[in-house]
Amino acid sequence: MAALTIARLTIREAARRRLLLALAILTLIVIGLTAWGFQHLATLTQPDGTPLPSSELRLATSQVLVLVEFMFSGVLALSAVVVASPSISSEVESGVALSMLARPVSRYQVVLGKWLGFTALIVVYVGAATMLELFAVNLTTGYVPPGPVPLALYLMAEGVVVMSLALMLSTRLSGMTAGVIALVLFFLAWIGGVAGAIGQVFGNAAISNAGTVSQLLLPTDGLWRGSVYELEPVLYRDVLGATTDRAGNPFFVQSPPPTAFLVWTVCWVALIVAFAVWSFRRREV
Amino acid sequence: MRTVELTKHYGAAIALSGLTMVVPRGEVFGFLGPNGSGKTTAVKLLLGLTRPTGGEAWVLGRRAGDRETRSRVGYLPELFRYQGWLSAREVLALHCKLAGVTRAEWPAQIDDALSTVGLSGHGGAKVETYSKGMQQRLGLGVALLGNPELVVLDEPTSALDPVGRADTRTIIRRLRERGSAVFLNSHLLGEVEQVCDRVAVVSGGRVLATGRLDELLGTGGVRLRLAGIDGVAHSALARRGTVTESDGWVTVAGVPADAIPDLVTELVAGGARVYAVEPMHQTLEERFLALLQGEEARWQR
Repeated sequence: MAALTIARLTIREAARRRLLLALAILTLIVIGLTAWGFQHLATLTQPDGTPLPSSELRLATSQVLVLVEFMFSGVLALSAVVVASPSISSEVESGVALSMLARPVSRYQVVLGKWLGFTALIVVYVGAATMLELFAVNLTTGYVPPGPVPLALYLMAEGVVVMSLALMLSTRLSGMTAGVIALVLFFLAWIGGVAGAIGQVFGNAAISNAGTVSQLLLPTDGLWRGSVYELEPVLYRDVLGATTDRAGNPFFVQSPPPTAFLVWTVCWVALIVAFAVWSFRRREV
Repeated sequence: MRTVELTKHYGAAIALSGLTMVVPRGEVFGFLGPNGSGKTTAVKLLLGLTRPTGGEAWVLGRRAGDRETRSRVGYLPELFRYQGWLSAREVLALHCKLAGVTRAEWPAQIDDALSTVGLSGHGGAKVETYSKGMQQRLGLGVALLGNPELVVLDEPTSALDPVGRADTRTIIRRLRERGSAVFLNSHLLGEVEQVCDRVAVVSGGRVLATGRLDELLGTGGVRLRLAGIDGVAHSALARRGTVTESDGWVTVAGVPADAIPDLVTELVAGGARVYAVEPMHQTLEERFLALLQGEEARWQR
């Protein structure tokens, strides 16, 4: 029960500090700008002045959409880290935690409450932003990616993974340090994923394995690849995916993440939250 | 509250060294000590906010930090900070919820807390707009929610003006009348002297002295302006305590207040002329400093 109180408090704080308003305004601006861009994309013609064939338009749209979602994924990770990394440490440092923890509240309820609050924010924000963006793309180009719902779920999961990491670090480290570590790990995992794919292309087992390990240590890149897969036109996957030279491209994915990886991601989040609880329980306030 | 050899180390630093004390129920207990004596560490250990390196502690009959017990304890931390983006009413509602106060009681509890700490007209304002003193008053209000059996106040008047300090003393007295125990952690001796039934003086994490205020302060003595004192009068003075003379005043330390009339009678009967008699009261500050100096001398030895 106390965990739900803390979760509501976390959401209320995001609203009162105008985080939600700022995100909503910025997201609407970005969606407006990308809609304008996609509308122009739809009017592109071939050198002879005839309109682009619909298959090429779909391909171009999907590629631009992947880039837009790549930016969105980066902004989401950054926002999740900025918001979650000081969440516990700043309350301990300022003294806000003292009066709360002197109440009949367990430390696990505080960690779980904050995690639930942030997860709810991520789910609502990613769900709304993704659906609005896809609606704008559909309106301007007529393109609908093959898996809009799984796409949103992959992005939500990516946000939750990086937020969980930042929250866990926040139980011990200052917001600044926790934020820097979480972001560096996020980008390292992305680079690791790209390197692993290149290793696969060149048949280098060591690099390929390193990439797999980095995806398991921090599953954000694997989830990002899942979202790319859901954005690609089916024809593109089938035809161009057959050529191995595209396997190293971080913006092309030939197959969705295996179920075992998704199960591992759920376990990873559970382990990180459990570790955060253990760490905060041992923290002196 | 009871502690036995309660110890806390932060790495090589010793914050609390074998604190042993008993705090009876229903009393206002002053916990006195110089800066860095381990007062706040002791409070945090009693509330389960930090874990002891050694020793044991019990609060309201249960182990310190027990979750159920914490619903019966109010706490104003020395570092008092509340969510600035909430209004005072919302902060109080949050603590009502966390303390397990039933929702039907919230409005009355919140109104009562705001009125008690003098913030009735400011309940709707955001805490971030409050002055430091108002935030400390709010913290006191938070500590009063849920009619706690024990209220722990860690330096409760550090940000308050003289009016606020007087208000806090009134609140503490009301809590005692209601039957709540108050653990007052302070280095403001005057404040402690005015409201506490019993005190403990700590230094270096150890209790140097503890007891009822009147027992702890003991007897001060008497200052007299005398003329015509002879050997008989001198011996009458010396029999009752240590005699010193300065600026025309004779001071006799260690004379109980009820023995002063007999001393004056004896002096007059011995031919002395008595111009002035001032019973001396040892202040808590004097006693406190004497205890600390004694402790320092002990360490130097």
